Amino acid sequence: MSETLLNVKAVETYYGNIRALGGVDVEVKKGEIVCLIGANGAGKSTLMMTICGSPQARTGSVIFEGRDITRMPTHEIARLRIAQSPEGRRIFPRMTVYENLQMGASLDNLKYFNEDVEKIFTLFPRLKERQSQRGGTLSGGEQQMLSIGRALMARPKLLLLDEPSLGLAPLIVKGIFEAIKKLNETEGLTVFLVEQNAFAALKLSHRAYVMVNGKVTMTGSGRELLANPEVRAAYLEGGRH
Amino acid sequence: MANPQSNTPAAGNSLTAQALREAFYAGLVSLGLFVLFVGLKTDQNIRNELILVQRWGLLAIFIGVAMVGRFITVAYLRPYLAARKASRDAQVADTEDGFVKRNFSKLAVLALVLFPPVVIALSGVQGSLKWVDNFGIQILIYVMLGWGLNIVVGLAGLLDLGYVAFYAVGAYSYALLASTFGLSFWILLPLAGILAAFWGMILGFPVLRLKGDYLAIVTLAFGEIIRLVLINWTEVTRGTFGVSGIPKATFFGIWSFDVSAPNNFAKAFDLPMSSAYYKIFLYYLILALALLTAYVTIKLRRMPIGRAWEALREDEIACRSLGINTVTTKLTAFSIGAMFGGFAGSFFAVRQGFVSPESFVFLESAIILAIVVLGGMGSLIGIAVAAALMIGGTELLREMTFLKAVFGPDFTPELYRMLIFGIAMVVVMVWKPRGFVGSREPTAFLFERKAVSGSFTKEGHG
Ligand SMILES: Nc1ncnc2c1ncn2[C@@H]1O[C@H](COP(=O)(O)OP(=O)(O)OP(=O)(O)O)[C@@H](O)[C@H]1O
Ligand SMILES: [Mg+2]
Repeated sequence: MSETLLNVKAVETYYGNIRALGGVDVEVKKGEIVCLIGANGAGKSTLMMTICGSPQARTGSVIFEGRDITRMPTHEIARLRIAQSPEGRRIFPRMTVYENLQMGASLDNLKYFNEDVEKIFTLFPRLKERQSQRGGTLSGGEQQMLSIGRALMARPKLLLLDEPSLGLAPLIVKGIFEAIKKLNETEGLTVFLVEQNAFAALKLSHRAYVMVNGKVTMTGSGRELLANPEVRAAYLEGGRH
Repeated sequence: MANPQSNTPAAGNSLTAQALREAFYAGLVSLGLFVLFVGLKTDQNIRNELILVQRWGLLAIFIGVAMVGRFITVAYLRPYLAARKASRDAQVADTEDGFVKRNFSKLAVLALVLFPPVVIALSGVQGSLKWVDNFGIQILIYVMLGWGLNIVVGLAGLLDLGYVAFYAVGAYSYALLASTFGLSFWILLPLAGILAAFWGMILGFPVLRLKGDYLAIVTLAFGEIIRLVLINWTEVTRGTFGVSGIPKATFFGIWSFDVSAPNNFAKAFDLPMSSAYYKIFLYYLILALALLTAYVTIKLRRMPIGRAWEALREDEIACRSLGINTVTTKLTAFSIGAMFGGFAGSFFAVRQGFVSPESFVFLESAIILAIVVLGGMGSLIGIAVAAALMIGGTELLREMTFLKAVFGPDFTPELYRMLIFGIAMVVVMVWKPRGFVGSREPTAFLFERKAVSGSFTKEGHG
């Protein structure tokens, strides 16, 4: 559990002249679930996308398995088996559920397809029921399951999830978080996750980072941050205090 | 009366009465509309004076058409459509497709293969010329072009308004190489395809980062550039004069269709001389080329590259994050689409025996694109139907000589081609906004298809 899988070092990312990330350091070890929380516009999605190389970091470096991937094109980064369920799900709306999953397995050219697809269907039985339905006609929660399922089809070493609970009913969120936990425990899948639903995410994660205005301001184990009064005030208790 | 379609005689009478009434109103309205435009016409007489020509007969025809049309619509068409809709609603439950529907593509191919012999049987060898050449070959060329463009526009979602450029590259490749070096059609056909594919790549590189409208504008310009090069590079292309005397294709070198050749097809079989054999040969040639295009498209759609094209159309960012190289994916779409355009172009050259820049104007690109859109982007059958209706329909106009009797001897129906083309497009787009076959056929049926019923998986219109 100690080997570092992903290391983000002093990364700065710009959109034009606007700096979205101002020197971010994040480390993800093999077999960990690491979570990133922060307010809207803090730069969480930008960090996810920077890891995937679009946009690329202007300074600093992203190291994956000891390799510098900062300047690699996105599709080559994906081939190192960093799979992503991006913000807004981005499933293929005119393709069926089944075809969406096929697209996820593009890298292996469907070598392990049947085996993997069965695994996804046991994880998300809803997808099995809907396998010949078009992606665009799925409900939001089903689309989220599909997006995660599609990312898993790539047999990832690192799974990046950007707000998997966005817009979903609490019960479905719970289901998705349980699925993530199960994958992590049974298969040792490493997950780096962005969440607004801080309570559930922190409970799930081994470690967590808090991001404010493009900078990491706090880090610690999930439990530590859950107990931290500042975090509680900002992300857990809403406007109540 | 609540039920609009009861069968009692009283209801029938009232329907007729209503239809007559509406026909009368339609007549009044059209009288008002047309009396000044059609009934009266200003003209110049021999002394250059302006005189008023009265055309009451023509006006009567216009009004008559409006009245009869309205009467038929109200009295017959509307009840018929309502009844059909009702009966269709009633049997939604069992939608097991009929034999014809299930095997439509096989039957269609069979019909196309049998088309020339049937036409010969019906109208003789010489009489078949018109049907095989003007209809068969003409339509199949556009079917093939539509299917080729479909790879770029329908599958990969790259809006290409300059497709005719590749058609031109194919045509000129054959025309120039055959008339300068005397190479045979069967060598030049693949070569023309390769050259067109190469130009597809050349176009692909600069537009890699463009999408939608911007891509459309650049491809439009590309099409025009190729045409202008063809016009102005006179030493090679002979400019606006075009290249003529392009050699005919041979039957794989075994039989020739040149009248003077010793191995002439008609002589070899002791048949009377006729150009119909060559046309029939060309018909089967373009049929084979078109079917090749369809076959390759169907196969590619099931392969990683074809899936990548379709995914690219839907979401480029998601594609990249799944490890798909969008650069090569786009370039292959452009070049494979262009290759089929090149094949079609060399066929065009061999069929006409003459090529000039006239044939490769923007209008051609627009027609091909219209066929793809009307057919329903991505659907091979839809595109074939659209090509048959659009091209066959405009060819049929030439046949409508009876219209001269109605509108006078100066009336040339062909001139209304684009008008009718446009009206037809508007009508189809209103009636079926996604084209004839609007829903995308999935490529994977590894599990039972009945898991979710068909009505679930249909896409909404919009
Ligand atoms: N394509 C872009 N062009 C310009 N600015 C952008 C772009 N994408 C994001 N930004 C800006 O960068 C900042 C960080 O955005 P980002 O999407 O990373 O936030 P986030 O933390 O994911 O927020 P949320 O929780 O709302 O998803 C924001 O101020 C945003 O306006
Ligand atoms: Mg975000």
